Amino acid sequence: MPIKKIFKELNFVEQCKKNSLTLWECPSFLFLIISFITILAILSTYIITVKYTQPEIVALIVIGVTAILFIINYLIVQGSEKLAQINQMKTEFVNIASHQLRAPLTGIKWAINLMDSNQAEKLTKEQSERLQIIKENNQRMINLVNDLLNLSRIEQGKLGLTPEKISLDKITRKIIKEHSLIAKANNTELFLDSEPNLPLISINSQGMELVLNNMIDNAIRYTKKSGTVKIKLSKKNSSVRCEIEDNGVGIPKGDQNKIFQKFFRSQNIMKYQTEGTGLGLFIAKAVIKNAKGQIGFFSKENKGTIFWFEIPIK
Amino acid sequence: MKTIIFIEDEPTLQKTVGRFLENEGYEVKSAIDGETGLAMVKKIKPDLVLLDLILPKKDGFEVLKELKADETTKDIPVIILTNLEKTADIEKTLSLGATTYLVKANYELEEIVKKIKETINKNE
Repeated sequence: MPIKKIFKELNFVEQCKKNSLTLWECPSFLFLIISFITILAILSTYIITVKYTQPEIVALIVIGVTAILFIINYLIVQGSEKLAQINQMKTEFVNIASHQLRAPLTGIKWAINLMDSNQAEKLTKEQSERLQIIKENNQRMINLVNDLLNLSRIEQGKLGLTPEKISLDKITRKIIKEHSLIAKANNTELFLDSEPNLPLISINSQGMELVLNNMIDNAIRYTKKSGTVKIKLSKKNSSVRCEIEDNGVGIPKGDQNKIFQKFFRSQNIMKYQTEGTGLGLFIAKAVIKNAKGQIGFFSKENKGTIFWFEIPIK
Repeated sequence: MKTIIFIEDEPTLQKTVGRFLENEGYEVKSAIDGETGLAMVKKIKPDLVLLDLILPKKDGFEVLKELKADETTKDIPVIILTNLEKTADIEKTLSLGATTYLVKANYELEEIVKKIKETINKNE
């Protein structure tokens, strides 16, 4: 298996193609060439010194090899720069596309709002059911676009979340309230156990809402029918700790080290829950780190998961 | 009846928001660019301005700045309604004197009306 893996790593042609680079722009290929040249140079220097014992020839070879290595290094730097450029362009594209997508999505959302409010009595039951479908799907797209925008901000280092002094208890209650409908639809009960007189924490309120939204949403979504989600807030040293516990599908052991990676979605949840971008926890981690907090989880497959985070007290 | 001026360059949004607010009992006048909007506010002196940021002719920042610099319009509350979401933009408009900053895609019209009501009541 490891040999197969090494060969896979060494498959430069495919890797370079994936990054849209030619072989001579591809850093990994060029590194291999450098290694070969270095080994060859050492061997030939050895042979020449043994055979001729003339220091001038050795010096000449060393100068020649250095020149070649210099050129290859230059190519590597250029290749890396191109890669960085491609990456930057991708981030910018995501940013622009997301912004452009938001305008028509808002148009749809508000037109639905208008139909919902104004003509509710004129719509037949079937029509209003279909309107709800449009509404839900429109909201899914807005959420996706928001996730992509947050991702591009994280990648550009422009998360721009100014810390504020906020009450975690207050925000958690708000997010729980917003999730009461979806929890009811999923037959899941939400419980909040909050220590009295919790101190204020230092984090951006929008960012905190984003984290709680993602985590509570996940807990409900990945709990099978008739489950419970318990949210516990407590003071721990100089932080406030939040634990979100579900008795859902859990995270398989093999997937646990990848759970905070961008776009990662665990195999067991893909089976019955296709909705989701794999960005929620990546974004959550970035927000918590931005606030100098900590985040983690314990999980057992088919038993449930506890996600936790700790934010410093202001 | 309370009057609202909605400065927004997207006609579909103008229509839906305008209609929704009218159903809620407001009189709504729409302007398609910053310059027209500014002139309209100065003439009509509405109870509230809903202002987009990316606008032709004069952008929302400029409109806001001029409204707040004019003695006759500086007390009219301005709600920013945009899809820009950079912290710098939010801070800039708030420091220029905007009352609230709402990201369009994240709000239902009911919520926007609620904010409008709160703002007008507070200003009275």
